[in-house]
Amino acid sequence: MAQMIPVKERMKRDQVPMPEQDPQERIHNFREVPLGYSKEQAIYEAQRCLQCKVPKCRQGCPAEINIPQFVQKIVEEDFKGAYLEILKTDNLPAITGRVCPQEEQCQKYCILGRQKRPIAIGRLERFVADWARENDIHGELPSLTPKEQKIAIVGSGPAGLTCAADLAKLGYQVTLFEALHQPGGVLVYGIPEFRLPKSIVEYEIKEIERLGVKVITDFVVGATLRVDQLAKDYDALFLANGAGAPRFMNIPGENLNEVYSANEFLTRSNLMKAYAFPEYDTPIKIGKRAATIGAGNVAMDSARTALRLGAEKSYIVYRRSRQEVPAREEEVYHAEEEGVIFNFLTLPIKILGDEQGKVIGMECLKMELGEPDESGRRRPIPISGSNFLIEVDMVIDAIGTSANPIVARSASGVKTNKWGYFIVEENTKATTRPGIFAGGDIVRGSATVISAVGDGKVAARAIDEFLSSGGSLRKG
Amino acid sequence: MYQIIRKERLHQTIYSMWIEAPQVAQSVQPGQFIILMVKEKGERIPLTVADFNREKGLIRIVFQVVGKTTDELSILEEGDRLFSFIGPLGKKTEIEDYGTVVTVGGGTGIACIHPIARALKEAGNKVISIIGARSKDLIIMEEELKRASSELIVTTDDGSYGRKGFVTQVLKELLDQNKAVKKVWAIGPAIMMKVTCETTRPYAVETIVSLNSIMVDGTGMCGSCRVTIGGETKFVCTDGPEFDGQLVDWEEFMNRLTRYKPQEKRSWEIYQEHNPTCTCGRRQE
Repeated sequence: MAQMIPVKERMKRDQVPMPEQDPQERIHNFREVPLGYSKEQAIYEAQRCLQCKVPKCRQGCPAEINIPQFVQKIVEEDFKGAYLEILKTDNLPAITGRVCPQEEQCQKYCILGRQKRPIAIGRLERFVADWARENDIHGELPSLTPKEQKIAIVGSGPAGLTCAADLAKLGYQVTLFEALHQPGGVLVYGIPEFRLPKSIVEYEIKEIERLGVKVITDFVVGATLRVDQLAKDYDALFLANGAGAPRFMNIPGENLNEVYSANEFLTRSNLMKAYAFPEYDTPIKIGKRAATIGAGNVAMDSARTALRLGAEKSYIVYRRSRQEVPAREEEVYHAEEEGVIFNFLTLPIKILGDEQGKVIGMECLKMELGEPDESGRRRPIPISGSNFLIEVDMVIDAIGTSANPIVARSASGVKTNKWGYFIVEENTKATTRPGIFAGGDIVRGSATVISAVGDGKVAARAIDEFLSSGGSLRKG
Repeated sequence: MYQIIRKERLHQTIYSMWIEAPQVAQSVQPGQFIILMVKEKGERIPLTVADFNREKGLIRIVFQVVGKTTDELSILEEGDRLFSFIGPLGKKTEIEDYGTVVTVGGGTGIACIHPIARALKEAGNKVISIIGARSKDLIIMEEELKRASSELIVTTDDGSYGRKGFVTQVLKELLDQNKAVKKVWAIGPAIMMKVTCETTRPYAVETIVSLNSIMVDGTGMCGSCRVTIGGETKFVCTDGPEFDGQLVDWEEFMNRLTRYKPQEKRSWEIYQEHNPTCTCGRRQE
C-alpha cells in the first residue's frame, strides 16, 4: 500500500500532467490522444486528495460516484476495490473518465481547485477502468431474484445504457433497442476514435450485457415498430433516442457536394470507419482546406478529424468570441495544439461553388459583440460591409441538432415542446404518459454524455418506483 | 436473421432476393425502403422495397450490380445472411382511390413501382403501368406488374420488345388521349424521373417521384440525403422518399448523386483486381 502523505505535503504537490501523443505525430493517426496515467502516476495523484469530511466533489457528479472512496482505494493500491466502488453507480467508467467535462463538474468543486490544482478525478477514473479491463476484473452480477417486469429502452447511447444497467442491477428484464447496426449511439457514431476508442465502448456495453440486458440492433423504434406497440408488450419504457437531426445554416450553397453536417462527417468516419477506406467500404470526401462552422465539442471533433483525414488547413469559424466557445477547454487546447485555426467573430453567409458545383470558398461577415442575449452571452452583431472570403474547399456544419421526430410521432400521449423535445418531470424524467420516461438529448437538446448518464440514473430510479408501486403500461 | 430465402437472376446484372426480416415485413408499406449492409466492413445502402410477404416475414429487394457493394450482394446465395437490414424507412405512398392513375417504372425502378401499383389497384384505382428499359432483357417483373395493374404497356429504347421508345413518349400519348389521369408515379433513373416530370407539367397532373439519394443512417440523423424541394431543404430518408416531382431541384439532386464517384470507382477497381473471377468475368458473359 502506498503511503498516506501529510496534508501539507498534499497541498504542495502539482496535478500530475496527462501524458499525450505528440501533436505532430497524432494528426496523422486516429489513436487516442491522452495516453493515460501509469500506476505510479495514479497513486501520486490520488495521494493529493484531502479526503474531505464533506466531499464537495460529489455534488458535481451526475453519475453519483463516491469520489473520495475510490480515490482512497487507489492510494491503497486496491484498484479492484476502486473499480467496484465506481461501478456501484457509474456503468460506463472508462467512457465518462474520458469524455466528462470534469472541470465543470466534480473537479470544479474540489477544494484544491481554489489553487487551480483540483484532483484529476477524471484521469483517475479512467486509470481505474482501464486497469480493470486490462486485468479482466468485472463487476458483480445482480444477486436479486429476477423480477417479472419488462422494460424497453429506446436508444443505446449513454442515457439508455445507464438506465438499462441500473434497472438490470435491480433485477428487471431490460431490452435495449438500437436503430443502427452497432450499439452505443453518439459514443460510436459521434465521438472520434482519438478521443474515445471504440473497442472501449464495445467493452463497456458488453459488461452491461453481462448484467442481463438484451441489446437488439437494426431496430428503428418509430419505423420498425411504433412506441404504441412497444407499450403493449412492456411494463415501462425509457425513450433515449438522442437529438438526431442535424441543423443547417440555411445559407446559399449549403447543399453543394463538399458540405457536410457534422453528424454525417463524423458518422462516416467513426461508425462506418471511412478513415480506413477502402478497407471499409464507406467513402468520405476530404478537402485541402476545411472549414468547420461552430465551436462546440462536435465542431472540435470535426475539425480535428478533418486534419487526420488529410486536410492541410482546418478552420473553426465561430460567430462569437473565444470567451463564448462552448467546447471543453481541453478540446480547444488539443485542437490548437494540432494546428486548427480559429476564426472568431465570423459569420458565414454564403458557400461559393465553381461551375461544376465544387466548393471554392465561403463568404463571411465580421461580427462584434453587443448586449447579452437570452443565453446570457453577448449577442454577436454583424458589421455591415465587412464581407470577406475564406478560401475553403469543404465545409462542415457543426451548429447543433434538432429533435428527430421519428420516435415522438409514434408515441401517442407523450407530449413534446415546440422544438420537438419530450416534456419530462425534472425529478423523475416521467413524460406526460404514465409509464413512459425520457432522457438524454431528446429531452435536453444537444448536451453532454454525462448529463445523459445522469438522466438514465434518475429515470431508472423512477421506473423502479413506478413498477414497485404496481404501475405497468400493460395494465393500460 | 436476414437470411436470403430465395434468389433469382432477372438479368445478367439484375438480381431479386427475398430476405427474411419478419419485423420489417410486419410494418412495411408500399413506397418505403430498407437499408442493408452486406458485411461488417460494408457500407449502408438504401433499396426501395419491391415486394413483401407479411405471413412469411419476407422482404423482396431487386438491385442492379453497379459497383462493389451490389456485386458483393449479388454473389451471396440462398441461405447466406446479410450483416444488417433495417426498415421500413421513409414515408409510405399516399394510397387513395384517385380514379385513373399511371405508374411509370424505368430500369430497376420497375421493381420499386410494383407494390405501389398493386396497392393503388387494390384501393380501387384504374392503374395504367408503363415500364421501360433499354432492351428486352432488361425488362423485369413483367408478370408481376401485369397482375398489379389494370393495364400494362412495355417500352424498349431499341424496340426489341413492346413499344419502341421511351416511357415518357407513351405517357405523353396517354395524357393526350385520357383526360381522366389524376396522378402519376414515376420511379427510375434520375434523368427518367426528371423527364417524366417535364412531360406531365403541361398537363398539370401531379407527379410523384421516389428519390434514391446517398444515405448513411437513413433515419434522419445525418442529412446526407438532403434535397431541395420547392426551395426548402428536405431529407429523403424521413421527409421522403416520395416527393412532388415538379418541386424537385433536379440539377442539385443529380449532382449530389455523384458525390463519391471517384471513391466508388477506386473501390470498384481495387475489388476487381482482387476478385478477377467475380462479376468482371460474369458481366461479360
